Amino acid sequence: MTISIDPQKTNNESLQPKGWLRYFSFSLDHKVIGIQYLVCGFLFYLIGGTLASAIRIELASPMSDFMPRDVYNQVLTLHGTIMIFLWIVPVVNGAFGNYLIPFYVGARDMAFPRLNAVAFWLIPPSGLMLVASYFVEGAAQAGWTAYPPLSITTPQSGQIIWILSVLLLGGSSIFGGINFIATIIKLRRPGLKLMQLPMYCWAMLGTSLLVVLSTPVLAGTLILLSFDIIANTGFFNPVLGGNVVVYQHLFWFYSHPAVYIMVLPAFGLVSEILPVHARKPLFGYTTMVFSIMGIVVLGLVVWAHHMFTSGTPPWMRLFFTIATAFIAVPTGIKFFNWVATLWGGRISINSAMLFSCGFIINFVFGGITGVALAQVPFDIHVHDTYFVVAHFHYIVYGGTVFIIFSSIYHWFPKVAGKMLNEKLGILHFIITFIGFNLCFAPQHWLGLNGMPRRVAEYDPQFQFVNQISSLGALLMAISTIPFIINVFLSVRNGKNAGDNPWNALTPEWLTSSPPPVENWEGEAPLVEEPYGYGKEISEQK
Amino acid sequence: MNLNVFLLTKDAGLNKWNILSINTISRDQLLNKNIYLILIISLVFAISFWIGFNVNLLPAEASINAPIYDELFKILFITGLIIFIGMTIAVIYSLFKFRKRNDQIGDGIALEGNLSLEIVWTIIPSIIVLLIGLYSYNIYDRMGGMKELNHNHEMMSSNSEKIWAGISQTSDNEKAMNNLSIEVSAMQFAFLFNYPKGNFISGELHVPVDQKVSMKMESKDVIHAFWVPEFRIKQDIIPGQPTILNFTPTKVGKYPIICAELCGPYHGGMRASIIVQEESDYNEWFNKNKKPEVNL
Amino acid sequence: MTTIDSSKEIQKNNSEVNETHEDFRMFGLITFLIADGMTFAGFFAAYLTYKAVNPLPDGAIYELELPIPTLNTILLLVSSATFHKAGKALLKDKNSDSQKWLFFTAFLGIIFLICQLFEYFHLPFGLTDNLFASTFYALTGFHGLHVTLGTLMILIIAWQSRINGGRLTSQNMFPLEAVELYWHFVDGIWVVLFIILYLL
Ligand code: HEA
Ligand code: HEA
Ligand code: CUA
Ligand SMILES: [Cu+2]
Repeated sequence: MTISIDPQKTNNESLQPKGWLRYFSFSLDHKVIGIQYLVCGFLFYLIGGTLASAIRIELASPMSDFMPRDVYNQVLTLHGTIMIFLWIVPVVNGAFGNYLIPFYVGARDMAFPRLNAVAFWLIPPSGLMLVASYFVEGAAQAGWTAYPPLSITTPQSGQIIWILSVLLLGGSSIFGGINFIATIIKLRRPGLKLMQLPMYCWAMLGTSLLVVLSTPVLAGTLILLSFDIIANTGFFNPVLGGNVVVYQHLFWFYSHPAVYIMVLPAFGLVSEILPVHARKPLFGYTTMVFSIMGIVVLGLVVWAHHMFTSGTPPWMRLFFTIATAFIAVPTGIKFFNWVATLWGGRISINSAMLFSCGFIINFVFGGITGVALAQVPFDIHVHDTYFVVAHFHYIVYGGTVFIIFSSIYHWFPKVAGKMLNEKLGILHFIITFIGFNLCFAPQHWLGLNGMPRRVAEYDPQFQFVNQISSLGALLMAISTIPFIINVFLSVRNGKNAGDNPWNALTPEWLTSSPPPVENWEGEAPLVEEPYGYGKEISEQK
Repeated sequence: MNLNVFLLTKDAGLNKWNILSINTISRDQLLNKNIYLILIISLVFAISFWIGFNVNLLPAEASINAPIYDELFKILFITGLIIFIGMTIAVIYSLFKFRKRNDQIGDGIALEGNLSLEIVWTIIPSIIVLLIGLYSYNIYDRMGGMKELNHNHEMMSSNSEKIWAGISQTSDNEKAMNNLSIEVSAMQFAFLFNYPKGNFISGELHVPVDQKVSMKMESKDVIHAFWVPEFRIKQDIIPGQPTILNFTPTKVGKYPIICAELCGPYHGGMRASIIVQEESDYNEWFNKNKKPEVNL
Repeated sequence: MTTIDSSKEIQKNNSEVNETHEDFRMFGLITFLIADGMTFAGFFAAYLTYKAVNPLPDGAIYELELPIPTLNTILLLVSSATFHKAGKALLKDKNSDSQKWLFFTAFLGIIFLICQLFEYFHLPFGLTDNLFASTFYALTGFHGLHVTLGTLMILIIAWQSRINGGRLTSQNMFPLEAVELYWHFVDGIWVVLFIILYLL
């Protein structure tokens, strides 16, 4: 049992590779691990985006002509799985969490650095395994939800690999969650009170609670599913007397909280970004904290809204309608508070700010369609149609991915010590925003008018709208180009950022950029007011 | 309503923001400041209502469910628009109004929160959500969603088979009393409709107009779903767990039946048609296909 | 306003650092056990739902006998007590006593596993016979896996307590405490499992 007790020792510099090589090593430095998560996640985003482009190419014409039908199903399954488990979840939790949380609690590293590195290094192999499963007997093709009995009857090797890799990714996420909870609760710098923590800590605390409470259930479910596939048991196999709806309950018990695992950290990040660029304190800190916890609690009891047309009895449908719709209340509090944060500020309109504001607009839209979906009678018509696809892309892309970009623009100067190019950044925002809305807004109409999801062929009357959507996807693909160019150019010869280019008050800015190995040369600063903008002292600056 | 935030003023000399409380300014001033707000809110409402009533996003209405559904849709659409447009305006306005001008230095106001505002924007959404929830309960009840499943299906549950889920829709229509029972079975990748009274199986679903249709559905392999967009109804067809779906078509015509649950490579091609006919036409079709009972 | 207050220095007293760290390893373990408990909760939920809504198919057998599991319950409860004894002994620096108790605990764990296997071989149903049979094996099997792991860890720390100046001393109780907590957890799960599977 060698758990290193002293973080000082774990970062023994002589033992760790230096320079860019350390990003390929089993590094224990939380900042290195954070970057590893981010870059790895971004590479998978490109893969997932390439798959999305394939989907949109296929759907540009009503016939199934670009790829065989079963390959289409594999592509959409891989797209969903990669985007969720290898891009959004690892990046908003793993990447930013690892990079920022130790700074925010005034620590030199995470509570369990070794566990942290293990959690990261589970990701690349399981991701590669997942992608490689395409070349075996075909990848999994039952959708990212893997509903049995379809997932039991499709070619097995792909499905088994899918299960294995999701199990590993789930394990990674649980290890991460344990680490974050311990770091935030136990590793705080002496004198730092919980209610003085930057909002991202609260968001990560809430998220990690969800991870710890719900991910194991997914693991258990997938183990049962794999028994059905390998050992011929009948948990979810109706031929053997099994009950397919039980799988759906167990799956969504995880996967609904999973959507908050994807978005709560983004809520935290936007709470860090807005005050800095609006030069105003975060509005309503206390209510923000309570609303996060409200979302956590409510998020655990609404899962059956994905199953309104499956076998659920009426009373259950009603309960889940009300509970789901009520999530709009704590979520709404957050949005109103963000707008109030902007109100009366001195807003610098830069890429980070634009992406954050884009996030607010897109997410409100996606959230409102979500509240509509929560109404049983409404959902009965649009369930499993493009309306749902539009709803969640508005949230996962328009919400979380926008915030990931916003955060990259915001924290790049800290990580690299160089500024990103603002012109390219704003160009990136404009193309992304237009492309995104062009791609997903028309899909609402498609769903309402009769186009189901997960189909490679559709009625000819939907062709025009689908082509608009595909055009939007093309714009989104193009929009990544200025971003990638921007990052490469800026890493090489960007403007020097200095330690605190935004004059921000959260603790990560109170050290050099990039930060030294143990975060601060001297003692960790005690930041009692991470959002103290506009107070006397900063006026004098 | 406490609109403190809208009463921010700026001390010219000190370059400092003050928050005026309501009592410190006269009612006239208050009205003056808030008149724009009221105007904008009315405009947002007007636009939303206009769009809600004039933009039709839904396909034709062809069952008694459909108008009920569209009523709910309209309400949700309008409420959603109001919130969305309102929020968008607030964000874009702040970006313009409070953007940092070149000559400005220093920060915005150090305003950390406002309890009454927090309470307002907790309570208003709660009320909206609650009202919507009650309303959609009402809609769902009118669609027949709250009816006990097993009792409704006297025709088929003679052997008291367990019905797991479904929608049993009610209707005030007299004709609905003699309802038509159909057994649906789904498989990769087709629907089959069994007419027990006529002792035949059809690949197309023929039903008479204005008559209640009761379907008992079961899948032979994986999960499928029965969806008719023009009827606004959908129900999964699950292997091992019979579900029911009752509806009353109101418009003669041919509508697509779409499988809405991923069921394999040809999921996209799993289609059938429902043909709603006048009663006489339907009877003709029925008698043509009817097979004599086989007595063993 | 930012206060970078150097007067409030963090104490870097080494022993104190150790103490807090000791603390949060336990904290991490508890969090992990909560997660682990949720896996069981998922299995239990599945089992109870099956029981509530899925009738046993005709001709299927699902009969459980009580004697062996009752014995197993007693075994595990006793083993929790003996583990506690081991901890007490170590605290008083009686390393060899502690080791004896640990071996005894591991012994009880092994007996438990043997009884479990014995039960498996004498049950009238197999893994794939019916829904309840499958869930029964999944639950008890997953639990058995936990017992196996626990027993192995007990053997390891028992062996460690032997080495003079080794890792397990009254100054460094963490490995023992961690395994003990884990063992109580596994024990607790068994009690729930016993009630739900055998008594209900
Ligand atoms: C990050 C991901 C994320 C997030 C945060 C959400 C958030 C929400 N989702 Fe979404 N959802 C998904 C990802 C997400 N969803 C995915 C991936 C699926 C599809 C899964 C699949 O089948 O593959 C899905 C599907 C899905 C369904 C099932 C549809 C179906 O298959 O038939 C439902 C139904 O209730 C739903 C509802 C909601 C609701 C009510 C919220 C709420 O949390 C939203 C709350 C937010 C707001 C409402 C906006 C801000 C609030 C205000 C400005 C206040 C005022 C507002 C009101 C009073 C209304 N979602
Ligand atoms: C969680 C995050 C997430 C994200 C970010 C996205 C992003 C996108 N998604 Fe997807 N999507 C899901 C999650 C996500 N999606 C899920 C969960 C499903 C459900 C799956 C299921 O049904 O099981 C789904 C399903 C889904 C469908 C429905 C498929 C169907 O039901 O038949 C569609 C169709 O339009 C779609 C489109 C897109 C598009 C165009 C993007 C775009 O935003 C992507 C934009 C990015 C790029 C285009 C990348 C650019 C890069 C390149 C082009 C490569 C260049 C290469 C190099 C430089 C090496 N997605
Ligand atoms: Cu049958 Cu899709
Ligand atoms: Cu959900």
